[in-house]
Amino acid sequence: MTAAEGIRDGSAPKKLALKVTVDGWSAAAIVAALLVAFPVMAVVALALFAAEPVFGHLAATVLPRYVTTTALLLIGVGAGTAVLGVTSAWLVTMYKFPGCRMFEWALLLPLSMPAYVIAFVYTELLDYAGPVQGALRAAFGWSGPRAYWFPEIRSLPGAIVMMTLVLYPYVYLLTRAAFLEQSAGVVEISRTLGRGPWRSFFSVSLALARPAVVAGVSLALMETLNDYGTVDFFAVQTLTLGIFDVWRNMNNLGGAAQIATLMLAFVVVLVAAERFARRGQRFHHTTRRQRRLPPAALSRWGSLVAVVACMIPLTLGFLLPAGWLARDALVYIERVADDAFLASVANSLLLSGVAACIAVVIAIVLAYGLRLRGHPVLTAATRLASVGYAVPGAILAIGVLIPLAWLDNAVDGFLRARFGVATGLILSGTMVAVTYGYAVRFLALSLGAIETSMARITPSIDGAARTLGAGPGQVLVRVHLPIIRGSILTAVILVFVDGMKELPMTVIMRPFNFETLATQVHYLSAAERFGAAAPSALAIVLVGLLPVVLLSRAIARVHEAGAEMDPVGEEMD
Amino acid sequence: MASRIHCLKSAAVFGLLAVAAAVAGQPTAAGAVEEVNLYSNRQPELIQPFLNEFTRLTAIKVNIVFAESGMLERIKAEGTNTPADAVLTADVNRIYQLAEADLLYPLKSSAIDKNIPTQYRQKDGLWIGLTTRARIVYASKTRLKPGEVATYEDLTKPHMKGRICSRSGKHEYNIGLLAAVIAEKGEQGAEEWARGVKANLARKPQGNDRVQVKAIKEGICDVALGNTYYMGLMQTNEKEPEQKEWAAAVNVVFATFDSKGTHVNISGAGVTKHGRNRANAVKLLEFLSDDLAQKMYAELNFEYPVKPGAQLSPLVKSWGAFTPQEVNLETIAKNWGLATKIMDRVDFDG
Repeated sequence: MTAAEGIRDGSAPKKLALKVTVDGWSAAAIVAALLVAFPVMAVVALALFAAEPVFGHLAATVLPRYVTTTALLLIGVGAGTAVLGVTSAWLVTMYKFPGCRMFEWALLLPLSMPAYVIAFVYTELLDYAGPVQGALRAAFGWSGPRAYWFPEIRSLPGAIVMMTLVLYPYVYLLTRAAFLEQSAGVVEISRTLGRGPWRSFFSVSLALARPAVVAGVSLALMETLNDYGTVDFFAVQTLTLGIFDVWRNMNNLGGAAQIATLMLAFVVVLVAAERFARRGQRFHHTTRRQRRLPPAALSRWGSLVAVVACMIPLTLGFLLPAGWLARDALVYIERVADDAFLASVANSLLLSGVAACIAVVIAIVLAYGLRLRGHPVLTAATRLASVGYAVPGAILAIGVLIPLAWLDNAVDGFLRARFGVATGLILSGTMVAVTYGYAVRFLALSLGAIETSMARITPSIDGAARTLGAGPGQVLVRVHLPIIRGSILTAVILVFVDGMKELPMTVIMRPFNFETLATQVHYLSAAERFGAAAPSALAIVLVGLLPVVLLSRAIARVHEAGAEMDPVGEEMD
Repeated sequence: MASRIHCLKSAAVFGLLAVAAAVAGQPTAAGAVEEVNLYSNRQPELIQPFLNEFTRLTAIKVNIVFAESGMLERIKAEGTNTPADAVLTADVNRIYQLAEADLLYPLKSSAIDKNIPTQYRQKDGLWIGLTTRARIVYASKTRLKPGEVATYEDLTKPHMKGRICSRSGKHEYNIGLLAAVIAEKGEQGAEEWARGVKANLARKPQGNDRVQVKAIKEGICDVALGNTYYMGLMQTNEKEPEQKEWAAAVNVVFATFDSKGTHVNISGAGVTKHGRNRANAVKLLEFLSDDLAQKMYAELNFEYPVKPGAQLSPLVKSWGAFTPQEVNLETIAKNWGLATKIMDRVDFDG
């Protein structure tokens, strides 16, 4: 049976019915899931115990606008990232054209660009005094701002474009991995059966890649929902802006948590709807012949179209804004030699690196725990933890802060009462607390990458390995991890790069005298000194860039190796 | 396989580093070094020069966490174990909220009482204002005729139709102003005022204070609401000289409430209820309220010192004198939530 048959066999999804003798795995997974889900539950708890109801006032005034603006933003960014991500992934995976090897990794670069930074850069470029309008005025002899129409960048469409440009790499990365893991066989069979290349693409390749596309788009949308910097700067009235307004201006944290919970519910429904829509479909590879379809050469015109299609997101999402930042950074170049700057580079690297490893390990434990058992508590906690990414970071940070400080104080109180020893706050206000916050916040990224990849491994492999006497741990280490190692690297990149940009968790949880590159950008732009923030902003991009390039090449190598030989055989010999 | 082992190794190394960094990041518990721990939502670079000076004079080390939001929640959650000894806030609302949450300790310092006039001290000594800034009108030098805008009320008059720029009505600077309007005119009057300003906007509210000045320079609008110190920061910006040009296009107009005074906000400071280094925290606040720091505030940040007789920066002086609105600052803080709701009702940002 080929995968093409497998995806629409109409049978009910079969639960993995592997018997586990020791329930250690499930137990560990449940503990891990609860640990990362706890802050989300804390946010929901805050909402339940709000001091003052807020929906009455909001519903009568701005809530309808918040909801429609948010919905339009999500639709725009969802469509934009899906189109850019899938198109570019398809082009670089399936075709040979000039520069295609370079595009493979270069298309990831916009991921390292924080959305609020690109928003600022484009405002400078496109507003009245910027070079674009200046050139137009010079060329056409227009006299003033009222003499012509020019699209307003600080607007909802502007926000959609900004976020699409930096978020499409999620879709690109996951979809490309899915395309790479597809065997040539399925497409060939489709072609043999008389479907043309386009129909084969939509009904076979894209259909098989659907979980990956969905995972990528969901990540992009959740990041859109939790974005504050861009919508604040553009004054686009989304629910997130409303949350901050209720929290900070109406001094009503509970009310803010209520809106956040509403958003969460919305995301949960969306995710569930998508899962429901592909019920009864399975996306496993049923053959171990992972032969890649050889990339097809393109005609001259075809190559031109492909190069242009890849250059557009790369230029607009990375080259142009990075170039503009470099120009600003030169003015403030002396900041780079500052000790504080170097310390913040080190802090950013350390935090993002540790968080990436931790988030990936937790994701592996959870994904495998779900595969083994799918204990209801585990399933619920994992789903809850992974939608936490849609909660604005600052609110989630409060969800991390409160239980952690409670734990610290409880330990301190207990030890004081029993042994007369005061421990003070052990975890709160330390790097451990910040790292935990990162892991909580970015779990959705690592879990998304790893779960979709693990789901593509057919359960019969588990069955075979277990029949041969391997325990669940051995199956994971010796079978699954080698097969999905490309996706593990993907997950590491995603969390690392997002960690470099992370702001609210760091700001709220950090130790004394502790700055990262992102917090520097934040406080300088809060002081309306964006020029001075340029060196730090550029450093986020550059430091985030190196691992992106290295790891994406590693992924390519993994897949090349995988294409040559049977990955299971390789590891089990 | 190799990559997995490698990743595990790196994870272990990273983990160890994290623990080491966590330990290093903790303020020293031993009393060898005198120190004071500060939570601030004023920007670090803004206050660092004062703190350095304080450490130089007193040998007390200042540790700082800069937190724009979440400071109250953090101190509250940390409870009696909070490491924070003192807080600095960028506006009156936040310091007021800390006091309301019972997180501040009443200050008793004759030096502070002497330095800071009563209207900038909370009646129980829970917090003080260290500096003020006025919310004023940036007015085009070429397009605004003298007398067109003298009061905040003028901004709602028909002759200003399509001539006003503003940042988001939800920004704390504008919420603070509207809270002051409520104190002046009551809820109804304030709503009418906000509706009137909104009706006269040249474009949808956007950007920050400096962006409004830029818009006036570009001819998009003729006046904008803004804070005084941004004028100083733009007028002296050597690194980005285009900002000097923006500033050169506008005058500072100290708008008043029907001639009764201009809205000012404060930067607040207080001592926490459960901090361990209380004496040092009081010393820090005394220092910040005294001549040297007050003068530095004026010279470096273009804020107005609260200490009577403290010198203004020559640039700030050049904008002219003004009378602050006579209002209890706590009233402004209490009106904060209502002001936010009024901004929603008039759909200021829509």
